[in-house]
Amino acid sequence: MSGILVVAETRRDELRSVTLELIGAALELKDAAGGPVAVAIVDADPSAFTGALAVAGVDEILTVTTPTPTFEAHVAQQVLEALVEAEQPDVVLLGHTIDSMGFGPAVAARKGLGFASDVTAVSWDAGPVAIRGAYGGKLVAELDFPGRERTLLMLRAGAFEPAEADGAAVGVRAVDVAFDAAPTEHLDYREAATGDVDITKAEFLVSIGRGIEDKDNVAQFEDLADKLGATLSVSRPLVDAGWVSNARQVGQSGKTVQPKVYLALGISGAVQHLAGMQKADTIIAVNTDPEAPIFSVAHYGAVADLFDVAEALEQHFG
Amino acid sequence: VKVVVAVKAVAALDDEVELVDDETTVDPDGLEWDLNEWDAFSLEEALTLRDAAGDGEVVVVTVGDEESHDALLACLAKGADRAVRIWDDALAGADPLAVALVLAAAIERESPDLVLCGVQSSDGVNGTTGVATAAHLGLPHVAVVKDIDYDAGASQATVERELEGGLVEVLRVHLPALLTIQTGINEPRYATLRAIKQAREKPLSEVGLAELGLEVDAVAAAAGSHTRRLRHPDKGEGAEMLGGSPAEVAARIADIVKERMSA
Repeated sequence: MSGILVVAETRRDELRSVTLELIGAALELKDAAGGPVAVAIVDADPSAFTGALAVAGVDEILTVTTPTPTFEAHVAQQVLEALVEAEQPDVVLLGHTIDSMGFGPAVAARKGLGFASDVTAVSWDAGPVAIRGAYGGKLVAELDFPGRERTLLMLRAGAFEPAEADGAAVGVRAVDVAFDAAPTEHLDYREAATGDVDITKAEFLVSIGRGIEDKDNVAQFEDLADKLGATLSVSRPLVDAGWVSNARQVGQSGKTVQPKVYLALGISGAVQHLAGMQKADTIIAVNTDPEAPIFSVAHYGAVADLFDVAEALEQHFG
Repeated sequence: VKVVVAVKAVAALDDEVELVDDETTVDPDGLEWDLNEWDAFSLEEALTLRDAAGDGEVVVVTVGDEESHDALLACLAKGADRAVRIWDDALAGADPLAVALVLAAAIERESPDLVLCGVQSSDGVNGTTGVATAAHLGLPHVAVVKDIDYDAGASQATVERELEGGLVEVLRVHLPALLTIQTGINEPRYATLRAIKQAREKPLSEVGLAELGLEVDAVAAAAGSHTRRLRHPDKGEGAEMLGGSPAEVAARIADIVKERMSA
């Protein structure tokens, strides 16, 4: 087919939102890349999703019925390898998600594809050019894929404008894949811990990270949040260290929040954290490192000691 | 139980970073090296599995130049039995798919029960090397693992995979397998001063590509991408910076908060 192949993502009978972002990115690239855009839906019941994937500009929906009831990385890998062989796309788009991290790199390695992950923008210059962070997000890298017939790009969720399903008449074709026995077996899902607090409902979050340095300092920021009429949230390292419950964690593996004000104290801004808070109305960041990636999404920033600022800030409230 | 842990010495940029080689590389003088944060957790998990089994071996493998030496010593000091550093100047700037090909060749020689990698490195943030290595080895793999339940000698393990939003999937995986390990799975130990001294006595071998049966050209051909250019992030999208003393910064923050919350 040449063209672009998008792999849709589902979990527990729902289409994941990154899918429409991938389709949006594919349609943006379509003219430059030339050739059709196909969307593959790989699920135990793929026909349930074809309506949600009907977007004007998509040329074909490919359905693959999996032998496993839930996502299985090796099954997904086999499907994508078979689709790459059969459809010969120039570009394959996956989400840079936990599920796709489990098979995308394997397909690229085995099929000798050009490859980039956590891609935040794509352009075209005789072939795809991928933009992503480098050195922990302190630099930006432009990658190209010389000598590669086909390239697999894993796009960061939230970085691309989603397409809208508009009921366009898009042809559906079922693709058969011969499956090997999967080496893993799904046993259960366990829901995220719910705590005494729902940080997704808070309008004002005071969020603390590694910069607070010590477990004993957590209480001081709980007090600060109280005085400011805010709710305390945290970045991942504080949960990993066991200092704070993961009910308060902001980020990819925690909660996605969109408060009126997000005050980040001592949070450097790892990609996974930014994914959970960059849509806040107003982001204020205090960090000692002037190069901290958090400043790239913040509206206001200060290079300062968070303890000094916190102490002075209390005086203005209460 | 024999566990291979693939680790990486990561490069952190200091504040005055310079771009060289036509803006495709960072001046090495502006880099500080350290063991990747994720790898401290995968090493700890390997040590715990070995100690619970009562016997076995933890082998740490890296692809890196001499800047990686200290990170391997740190792993040995924490309790790894042996370390292997693979290097060839042709590997400078190697992308994760090229590194995966090299790691796979080194791991194959070890025939481990389990291979552990960090989910990602703090500098590259690709989330790629582990699963690509498993693909070359033909091993079952599970990405982003936050718990391992394994009895020595068993043919399978029960693991937990951390999904978005805190959801967890519990699954069973056949061994040998490669798992990529998420931070927070355990509490990585610190090495004692004595162990740090003794680490220098432990086996640390340096291996070239030829010893692994790899051709330089094959490794170069495995690379998934080529860096056209590095640049600094657009500052135009950045924050309005608040200057002055902490008291002045706090006063401005207080004003902004009060204004936005009453809007």
